[in-house]
Amino acid sequence: MSPPPPSLLVDDLAFAYPDGHQALFGVDLRLEPGERVALLGPNGAGKTTLVMHLNGILRGGRGRVEVAGLPVEDRTLQEVRRRVGIVFQDPDDQLFMPTVGEDVAFGPRNLGLPEPEVARRVADALAAVDMADAHTRPPHHLSFGQRRRVAVATVLSMQPEVLVLDEPSSNLDPAGRRELAEVLEQLPVTLLMVTHDLPYALQLCPRSVVLDGGVVVADGATRELLADRELLAAHRLELPFGFDPRTVG
Amino acid sequence: MGAGHGTGGGGISAMYVPGHSPVHRLEPHTKLVAVLAFALVVVLTPVHAGWAPAAYVGFLLLLLGVAALARIRPGRIVRGLVVEVPFVLFAALLPFVSRGPRVEVLGLSLSENGLAAGGSILAKATLSVLAATLLAATTDPRALLRGLDRLRLPSVLVQILTFMIRYADVVGGELARMKVARESRGFRARRVGALKVLGPAAGSLFIRSYERGERVHLAMLSRGYTGRLPTGPVAVVGGRSWAAALSLPLAAGAVLAAGSLLG
Repeated sequence: MSPPPPSLLVDDLAFAYPDGHQALFGVDLRLEPGERVALLGPNGAGKTTLVMHLNGILRGGRGRVEVAGLPVEDRTLQEVRRRVGIVFQDPDDQLFMPTVGEDVAFGPRNLGLPEPEVARRVADALAAVDMADAHTRPPHHLSFGQRRRVAVATVLSMQPEVLVLDEPSSNLDPAGRRELAEVLEQLPVTLLMVTHDLPYALQLCPRSVVLDGGVVVADGATRELLADRELLAAHRLELPFGFDPRTVG
Repeated sequence: MGAGHGTGGGGISAMYVPGHSPVHRLEPHTKLVAVLAFALVVVLTPVHAGWAPAAYVGFLLLLLGVAALARIRPGRIVRGLVVEVPFVLFAALLPFVSRGPRVEVLGLSLSENGLAAGGSILAKATLSVLAATLLAATTDPRALLRGLDRLRLPSVLVQILTFMIRYADVVGGELARMKVARESRGFRARRVGALKVLGPAAGSLFIRSYERGERVHLAMLSRGYTGRLPTGPVAVVGGRSWAAALSLPLAAGAVLAAGSLLG
């Protein structure tokens, strides 16, 4: 029996925006099922552009992207978007339906699932992020941390192969940050986390990839990457004051 | 998080009075049809008939009956009449500007036709607005949208209204933060020169909202959006609910019929 295909395969991906600005210059990335990987890099490194390629929002450059063996192309777009769940940075962008329950149901209903199955998935997804009682509440009644967790539920309900999080810890207070980490650690999915929060990357992701100037400049164990001061300095990555990755955990 | 927090949907759902009365429980789309039909009956009342004022009183009593059934205090409904102010101004002008035979009232020369037309515009507008206010007071805005969707209002319009409800608070919060930021640096909106600051502020709020719209659209595409907001299961509405909802316009129709037969 052959091993399962990688959850995510990015092969020599290059992309230039219509205005001529080239953001990616040949990115290679491979995520095995169940891996948790942090995507690090300074602002303008091409992280968001890469993320937009993972579910086919951006296409048309060189190279290819495959999700669990399925190439990203026009005819596979709906299935790719089911398999790759992107949680955007601002939960107010992610939660656009009038109630939490309707929002979590948005994806499954777009998949055309029967209503009992939709209800089951909504309940499961909200339970997974510890927000089971928020079903009928409007999103603007929730705290920021709760909204972020509900935003995760909105893609979990599509039962994705890969969960992509854009700056999951931004704007969270320390308790909200810890609660989200506890939720993310429990999820049985492949995780790609775009972040500037290096301690968070170390806490959640055994492996990290550094993107800068549109190429992958480092790929390895998070603890080792974060201990490499020259690497961090060369790519505008900085640890918080007093944080030493060698003595943590 | 601060601004716009915990206000129950802010300005948009401020009209809604939660409750469990029979009026609240009616399916929203049946209520929408009922209010529309009621307004039609009111508008059909002939302006110059001698019995018209009696019919208006009849319509008003019907509405008050519904309000009592829904346990909505009259004061609450009267507040809804604010939207009617422009009509009032127009109606008040008519007796002065209309032609035809004139009457003296308090030393003013007024047109008889204008008085009748102005009074009837006022009565009809007031009755229709009262009915709409009752609808808003007994129906959650989100339920109202489901009702519109069920009545086959174009999906794009329903989506725009849905997003308006969802983002009114978010945009309102942004507006409030911009105001705080301005005033923290000593800005006061009293002087005429303030417009130079407020104009660009409105522009930047528009651009921020536009950009948010783009980000929301991306988030929707990422979850398989295909052009329609998917709705949940649709409740089956029996003849009995329709009959209950339509009893209001039917009763109004009866008032109208009685007026034209007897009057």
